Amino acid sequence: MTNTATPVELKVETPFQRFRAEFFESKIATAALGIFCIIVLLAVLAPWITPQNPYDLAQVDVLDGRLPPGSEAFPGYIMWLGSDGAGRDLYSAILYGLRISLTVGLASGVIALLIGMVIGLVAAYAGGRVEALIMRIVDLQLSFPASLVALMLVAALGKGVDKIILALVVAQWAYYARTVRATALVERNKEYVEAAQCLGISRFRIVFRHILPNCMAPLIVVGTVQTASAISLEATLSFLGVGLPQTEPSLGVLIANGFEYMLSGRYWISVFPGLALLLTVVSINLVGDHLRDVLNPRLKK
Amino acid sequence: MTAVLDVSGLKTHFFTHAGVVKAVDGVDFAVSKGEIMGLVGESGSGKSITGFSILGLIDPPGRIVEGAIRFNGEDIANAPEERLQRLRGNRISMIFQDPMMTLNPVLRIDTQMIEAILAHEKIDRKSAWERSRDALGLVGIPSPEERLRAYPHQLSGGMRQRVAIATAFLNKPDLIIADEPTTALDVTIQAQIIHEAQKLTRQTGTAMIWITHDLAVVAGLADKISVMYAGRIVEQGGTDDVIDHPLHPYTVGLLGSVPTANQRGARLFQIEGMTPNMLALPQGCAFGPRCRARTAACATQPAISDVARRRLRCFNPQALAEVQE
Repeated sequence: MTNTATPVELKVETPFQRFRAEFFESKIATAALGIFCIIVLLAVLAPWITPQNPYDLAQVDVLDGRLPPGSEAFPGYIMWLGSDGAGRDLYSAILYGLRISLTVGLASGVIALLIGMVIGLVAAYAGGRVEALIMRIVDLQLSFPASLVALMLVAALGKGVDKIILALVVAQWAYYARTVRATALVERNKEYVEAAQCLGISRFRIVFRHILPNCMAPLIVVGTVQTASAISLEATLSFLGVGLPQTEPSLGVLIANGFEYMLSGRYWISVFPGLALLLTVVSINLVGDHLRDVLNPRLKK
Repeated sequence: MTAVLDVSGLKTHFFTHAGVVKAVDGVDFAVSKGEIMGLVGESGSGKSITGFSILGLIDPPGRIVEGAIRFNGEDIANAPEERLQRLRGNRISMIFQDPMMTLNPVLRIDTQMIEAILAHEKIDRKSAWERSRDALGLVGIPSPEERLRAYPHQLSGGMRQRVAIATAFLNKPDLIIADEPTTALDVTIQAQIIHEAQKLTRQTGTAMIWITHDLAVVAGLADKISVMYAGRIVEQGGTDDVIDHPLHPYTVGLLGSVPTANQRGARLFQIEGMTPNMLALPQGCAFGPRCRARTAACATQPAISDVARRRLRCFNPQALAEVQE
């Protein structure tokens, strides 16, 4: 056969490019992603854009406590969102709180994903007793509400960012393990795995290079949803007073601080951190929702 | 000519809850360098399981219970996994039926081909990439550099099967097992693929086992043919002998079932009945209940014997092909 055919202009569209094009078709998801990016940006830049460092006791004056939104603490320094009981500027406190909430949510999400992913893959590929044992542990874990597991662990471990991340990882790895195992079971029976075996490719490479990339779609979806739930779980724990200490106010701590003033009409101390939390969680969930639609082949046009 | 592959008395059984399925039950054949053997049979006759047995890819509850698979003189029937892994893709390659399914959808062609080389050889990626490109050129893929950068879904079915064939030939194997590689393709593409495969085996001296249910395909391709029925070889011989003068009633039936241009209007021949349940094979000759030439002798299992330049497992050879109406 001669190669006289005119060279075809082959537009190499990677799966990622196609995915990106499909994702931005939805206005709501695009907006949600935009809001989430702004939130992340604000949180990251907090030390440079806030008027006050709420951790620095020298900058916080108790006499400025419970000022309503828009008050002038001293000439030229307006607290647009008011201040909390300890005299912290709420705008600054919320941005610093977001830092902690996002760090905890993302760190626990990523660690739980990695652990759950490896455990799920091992279960799916090993099969037999190993799989039965792992999946019964997963079932056992999932039969408890995640908040209860995290609550018990934090109560036992004590306060601190590292401890709450650990608690959230323990509470959430099972979701990832179950998702990965279910997908990997389907993938490992596909012919391309058999073909890879026939090429003499090692087991390790088949699992991590061939099966794993094909399991990414559901993993990404579960990852976003679980990260959002990790953030709200951390807020719950902090609100209940077992999460982060008063000196490291996350959004949950801020909401808890304002709770006692709610009935006296000083709504802003709880409501503004609450809105920040709501916006964060809802934007992540909207992104996750749309990711599920885009990545699910059954919903493809 | 020494045999690259010599299979003797191969038995692969599956131990299911419902009973023992004797998917392959005493199969013998040999393939020499540069030779193409057609392994023909209906679905469930054990032809694919024979192929997977050679590669040592039988998953539980199945296993090779008996027999020898001598590959270049070495018995690999129960060789350890590490040894088999070094043979697979290197000395023995496989081409599958459905090219849509055998390429990993999320990896680019170059990634998959280079990986197949690097799994067996310590060379740098650049040379591996060059060898992949040359291999694609050999199977008639235009502008191979661009195709290498593509993902499987960007290629047509015929193109993907060419990629699969190029991958199978990458490490210059001694033996290629092709499991119905053209069944999922158009007739025109099928002819091209057969042409490429034939050309490459001639050039490289690779032996090939071409598994198919279509006698018409192997008639123009194979040097010899083994016809399988219910886990056993029923007729084995040179392609011309088997195609022109089939002796086993089953082979006769298979050939008669192929529609040809000069029998328009005539009623197409069909083999009556269904392939037998592998859990409850009939007593005696497995083909007996469907056979037009059945006699009382068929109640016992016929042994394989040498008849007219071939091996045959039948009491009533259809020397005159009288069944073919």
